[in-house]
Amino acid sequence: MSNLPKADELASKIDYMPPKGDWMDLPLEIKEGRYCYASNPKSVEYVGLPNPRSWNPLDDDWKLPENWQEIILNGMRERLDRFRTFKVFMDVCVRCGACADKCHFFIGSGDPRNMPVLRAELLRSVYRGEFTKAGKILGRFAGGRKLTLSVLKEWWYYFFQCSECRRCSVFCPYGIDTAEITIMGRELLNLVGLNIDWIATPVANCYRTGNHLGIQPHAFKDMIDFFCEDIEEITGILPEPSFNEKGADILFITPSGDVFADPGTYTCMGYLILFEYLKREYGLKVTWSTYASEGGNFGFFTSHETMKRLNSKMYMEAERLGAKWILGGECGHMWRVINQYMDTMNGPEYQKSHMETPVNPITGTVFEHAASTKMVHICEFTADLIKHGKLNLDKSRNDNIKLTYHDSCNPARGMGLLDEPRYVIKNTCNHFYEMPENTIREQTFCCGGGSGLNAGEDDELRMMGGLPRANAVKYVHEKHGVNTLGCICAIDRAVFPDLLDYWVPGVGVTGIHELVGNALVFPNEQERETDLRGEPLPGKEDE
Amino acid sequence: MKALYSLFLVFALVVVSVLGAGAMEWHSLFGTVIPYAAFLLFVIGFCMRVVNWAKSPVPFRIPTTCGQQKSLPWIKHSKIENPFTTSGVVVRMLLEVLCFRSLFRNTKIDLRSGPRLTFSSSKWLWLGALAFHYSFLIIVIRHMRFFTEPVPGFISVFDAVDGVLQLGAPTIYLTDGIFLLAIAYLFIRRLVVPHMRYISLVADFFPLLLILAIGITGIAMRYFVKTDVVAIKELTMNLVQLHPVIPEGIGVIFYVHLFLVCTLLVYFPLSKLMHMGGVFMSPTRNMASNNRAVRHINPWNYPVPVHTYAEYEDEFRERMIESGLPVDKQEGVENV
Ligand code: SF4
Ligand code: SF4
Repeated sequence: MSNLPKADELASKIDYMPPKGDWMDLPLEIKEGRYCYASNPKSVEYVGLPNPRSWNPLDDDWKLPENWQEIILNGMRERLDRFRTFKVFMDVCVRCGACADKCHFFIGSGDPRNMPVLRAELLRSVYRGEFTKAGKILGRFAGGRKLTLSVLKEWWYYFFQCSECRRCSVFCPYGIDTAEITIMGRELLNLVGLNIDWIATPVANCYRTGNHLGIQPHAFKDMIDFFCEDIEEITGILPEPSFNEKGADILFITPSGDVFADPGTYTCMGYLILFEYLKREYGLKVTWSTYASEGGNFGFFTSHETMKRLNSKMYMEAERLGAKWILGGECGHMWRVINQYMDTMNGPEYQKSHMETPVNPITGTVFEHAASTKMVHICEFTADLIKHGKLNLDKSRNDNIKLTYHDSCNPARGMGLLDEPRYVIKNTCNHFYEMPENTIREQTFCCGGGSGLNAGEDDELRMMGGLPRANAVKYVHEKHGVNTLGCICAIDRAVFPDLLDYWVPGVGVTGIHELVGNALVFPNEQERETDLRGEPLPGKEDE
Repeated sequence: MKALYSLFLVFALVVVSVLGAGAMEWHSLFGTVIPYAAFLLFVIGFCMRVVNWAKSPVPFRIPTTCGQQKSLPWIKHSKIENPFTTSGVVVRMLLEVLCFRSLFRNTKIDLRSGPRLTFSSSKWLWLGALAFHYSFLIIVIRHMRFFTEPVPGFISVFDAVDGVLQLGAPTIYLTDGIFLLAIAYLFIRRLVVPHMRYISLVADFFPLLLILAIGITGIAMRYFVKTDVVAIKELTMNLVQLHPVIPEGIGVIFYVHLFLVCTLLVYFPLSKLMHMGGVFMSPTRNMASNNRAVRHINPWNYPVPVHTYAEYEDEFRERMIESGLPVDKQEGVENV
């Protein structure tokens, strides 16, 4: 952990005025608190990524392979040929600056190289200098640079200061997506073994055990059993979830953060309650998998290839168990991967014949829009159940909560999942307040810890990056007395408690299915005294 | 500094043409050879760039969505901002290309003590860009009267509407004024807004100044330094009809104007001005967001090493059995 300054102090340091001189001459200073530790060689080795070794970003020598320049330039050439996005985005930016003040990391730090346009220029300048004629001949005059060690270090530092949230892309007149450029940049860095541990180790863990903490199957099951006991204490009903069960209708996959870290665990209890209710009332068979027990895909932050290696488990497991379709929990980048990559990457290779276009067996709704992927978001599923009157919900159980909702970048900007969670919220909670318009829906701000940046050691970066979001929460906190932030992403649930404590003390964090779990009334359940967190329900405080 | 370089470059171009077409009287070089070459380079260069982009495939469908997805039938789908069908994409692209939709969305941020962030709508860039591009377009269309005989009706209409402010002869075109204002705004913005100055390259100032110089020489020719319009029309018609003959009596200012235009044509495909073609090629905007319903194909998709369930079970079997998790193989016996 670095020495995180007090909130006021950090805020007072923000200065949007760029420094004098040319940005290409601005020396690189790797600051404590703004970078994540280098990857543990064991993790890198486990998944066979290049150049495993221990190294320290603060050292001069990053222990790169001898021909690192060649590797990177070849890698660039290859990617220019493989991704039209990359090629077009290298060429068409007009530096209009529309994206400049849209990045939460720039807003919170004022660091000019955090302006999306400049972040992309870090790579683009090398593209011009090494790949275009004008840049090769005219060099800096044409905005070109050679790929030097300091440029490479700059890449590493700033590509891991982008949470790949794609907010900048919403405002760019050509849809230039700096996240896509960051993704390419990270792939290139990975080719010479430059990664961060908060990504590399979860990747290795997910690959081996199925979840990012490396928890083995029996312990995974124990955790969930433990939640079930808690639920029994609160409701008198003991859920009996099934694991790795062949012939279940639906395979359920959620980010493992929900199983292992508060407050995601309460969201997990919400899922368990919902499934138990559906099983008892309607005979729905849902199974969990210990093998595919991670929805979040840390490979996405490494390379397209690593993403595929982790993601294929979902289909392989659905295949093995014979599930008809997959239901996915509340997670951010998991849904980016599912929505935009999964069906393309795995295609018929892992998604075999027997899966069907998802149908909600209880309501009969056909999820046509998921006909090919065969994967439905739990908010879509629950919203559909509520709309058809299939759930008995007592909203007043959430009356202690004054809620605002954070559109998690990936589901909001990656797929446009905006109104389904709001519908669920409005049916489970009486007090709901939206944050200001320029900070929600497609214009939502990142939590500051996305794309593998939620490590302890880069807390200053996260607090800066989370400032715009926290500020909008502060606004509704002051105006409406909002005391809880709802979200549908496991990273959010991990990042926000600290972030809000820092900028807006007094606001807690909840997943949407925690609200559902609280509000759902079983026939003949015991009268609840507390919510899922063990806090007294409204009106039960004195008893 | 970068703006100065650019200014110097444009100035050098003017000097070259004044010396070449004026002092040396190389009229056929400046009046025919260079324009033909420039035009060819423009067309070929433009096509090559677009083809080059098109050669790289789009492996994944990654549109930026700006509105509600299509999902449950009773949830209102944002058909244009999050298009599910090609027609949605077409409308989205039209809005982008014709109305600069994304720039319209632009906001500006303010940080006050507290800290307190506020976001306000900021439409100046949108307005400036729109004014610049549309007046440029109209000017180009108006110029078509030099290249056509008889002049098609719609060009005359443009001409008449544009010249509606009939303040003496020759008519003053509205677009000329808007054009100069818009380009001056875009240039000054780059110079005075600190972060704009910070991100700008020579390649950002140069085209602006070049286009400005084209505008200025054009306006000068029309209103101040009289040139023989009839002779110019003769020259342009000769060019179009591919029998280049240069009439007498064309002023140097025309050659300067023409030379700058030629420079722009040659520079165009080599530079960021290709955003004109690129905007149509941007996969975040020109694809339907229907990935979950329709499979998109990645042409270079390849198999990757995966961790299979069997390997997983081999590693954890004992502990799985102990905790009551079902397994596929029990002590070497297949259990189907
Ligand atoms: S908004 Fe787009 S074109 Fe403008 S500077 Fe940013 S990336 Fe470049
Ligand atoms: S993708 Fe997000 S974090 Fe990255 S540059 Fe754009 S706005 Fe910033």
